[in-house]
Amino acid sequence: MIRKIAVLAITGLLLAGCESTPTKEQEAAKVEERTPGQQPAPGAQAQPLQPGAVGGNPLTDPASPLSRRSIYFDFDSFVIKQEHQALVQAHARYLKDNAQAKVILQGNADERGSREYNLALGQKRADAVKRAMEVLGVKESQIESVSFGEEKPRAPGHDEASWAENRRADIVYQGE
Amino acid sequence: MSLPEALVYNRPGLFFSELSVPALMNPKPLLRFALLLLLLLGGTARAALTIDIIGGGERQIPVAVLPFANEEGLTQALAPVIAADLTRSGLFKMVETGGARIHEPAQVNYADWRARGAEAMVIGTTTTLPDGRVEVRFRLLDVVKQTQMTGFVYTVSQAQLRLTAHKIADVIYQALTGDVGVFATRIAYVVKQGKRYELQVSDSDGYGAQTVLASNEPIISPTWAPDGERLAYVSFEDKKPVVYVQSLKAGDRRAVARFKGSNSAPAWSPDGKRLAVVLSMAGGSQIFVLNLGEGGMTRLMQSASIDTEPTFSPDGQWLMFTSDRGGSPQIYRIPAAGGAPQRLTFEGSYNVSARFSPDGKNFVFVTRNNNGRFNVAVQDIATRQVQVLTDGALDESPSFAPNGKMILYASEVAGRGVLAAVSSDGRVKQRLTSSSGDIREPAWGPLARTQPK
Repeated sequence: MIRKIAVLAITGLLLAGCESTPTKEQEAAKVEERTPGQQPAPGAQAQPLQPGAVGGNPLTDPASPLSRRSIYFDFDSFVIKQEHQALVQAHARYLKDNAQAKVILQGNADERGSREYNLALGQKRADAVKRAMEVLGVKESQIESVSFGEEKPRAPGHDEASWAENRRADIVYQGE
Repeated sequence: MSLPEALVYNRPGLFFSELSVPALMNPKPLLRFALLLLLLLGGTARAALTIDIIGGGERQIPVAVLPFANEEGLTQALAPVIAADLTRSGLFKMVETGGARIHEPAQVNYADWRARGAEAMVIGTTTTLPDGRVEVRFRLLDVVKQTQMTGFVYTVSQAQLRLTAHKIADVIYQALTGDVGVFATRIAYVVKQGKRYELQVSDSDGYGAQTVLASNEPIISPTWAPDGERLAYVSFEDKKPVVYVQSLKAGDRRAVARFKGSNSAPAWSPDGKRLAVVLSMAGGSQIFVLNLGEGGMTRLMQSASIDTEPTFSPDGQWLMFTSDRGGSPQIYRIPAAGGAPQRLTFEGSYNVSARFSPDGKNFVFVTRNNNGRFNVAVQDIATRQVQVLTDGALDESPSFAPNGKMILYASEVAGRGVLAAVSSDGRVKQRLTSSSGDIREPAWGPLARTQPK
């Protein structure tokens, strides 16, 4: 009996490390484990079940929009296109709901032209996403926007298709 | 005739930066040592950059450079280095010496050398002293006037022989062209091989390349402090651009701009005390000037556009920069003490990466032409006249040699990054290739300081 509880407790502690909700079993195990004077473990509180978040991390769940992290830009443009607005909103919502979460927005540019000017173009793309998130209510302290310019291209080719892939801002959560 | 003595300023060796090792993704201590050792060994074993020359000056001065007495017994012969330097400038034609062994003026049959086409002759001697140092004597002779133009004696260690040969080539270059020579200078550049980046410093002829920083993340925008003893550069090892200043002698470095957001485009003031940088911490990309000694920074201007690539004029009076405030990236300048920015480029829709000539009268920059090709051009500040000097597809990062006669830049040949140089009149072209990897982001170092006697 004690061994069974111990197994459940260990499983519970492992699950508590993920961003999932503790189950009833876990709660029970924690109560049994408690020694006199010890505080109940944080996370032993019931939370509403987030949609699509059962047993998984919404940031990496392929079914969740939050697992998509790239916003693409047209040539010489820094406007977030209509087709990307929902993605920005989804991440902004997550950040507002998780005040301790932080993101780095990484701006990129295609390879043509001066490296430093391209660094500034990438910065402009990252800043555009940052501004859009702030307008949606995300705190400035949760966001850092940086640029890789042309230095870390995702597509290595020298054609329009590669250049389009590299005109991009990526959302990276701290701790990833 | 006795020769005046010249001191060769002992160029300190470059030390591999210990701090660069942490840039290599936190390797374990044993692995870290192994990597350090590998890179040190690699530094000495690595082949020099190969330099090819195309084209020549309007007139090439015919010079005969004869082997110095006893130089074949030294670790480094001088005459071949001198001849290679002069040839590489595109301004000289080497006259066949036919194995002649002439070391003193009394041995010279001027009429004979005149008949061979030479206008000048270089002869010399080397003597190994009891303490192992070498006494080098050279004379530059005017074959037409049948007189000595100049000559010096140097007493140097064996390790300084190559540098001494470059200094002799500089003396010859100045005596025959009137311009200061740059053979004894160094260049910095970045080599990329796979996912590995190395910031290297080599002699201007590509020899003696040493790695100053090795990293698994990009390195861009290296720039020399005016005293030649420090480099500023941008490293992405922290997963974002950060500006570092590194001492070449000691190898130690510090991050001088690691603010929130991106930090880039370092540019030294002529007195070496301030560093202009581009920061995104205040929004956008904006130019700030860091006070390196006392700390703190100033902001000359504020705009809602991209302002980047700052560079100080040699007299410190102006700051030139790239801005797209007019709708497209163009070159502007602003008084270094502050004031109204003034636009300098008006041809074409993309003009970036400007650097002043050493006399401050011109600037070299990159311009995109109607076919979408990026080329190096020079503009006269007073007349606004522009001369396009290159015809590659992706030429970038131009910088002047400290005598203003050559421009070093990055180019691409068959998909591979190479360095190239072109004379300021466009006639002489050089290509510098690395034995392995892409080479980019070149920066020509300053003239060596002359040691007071």
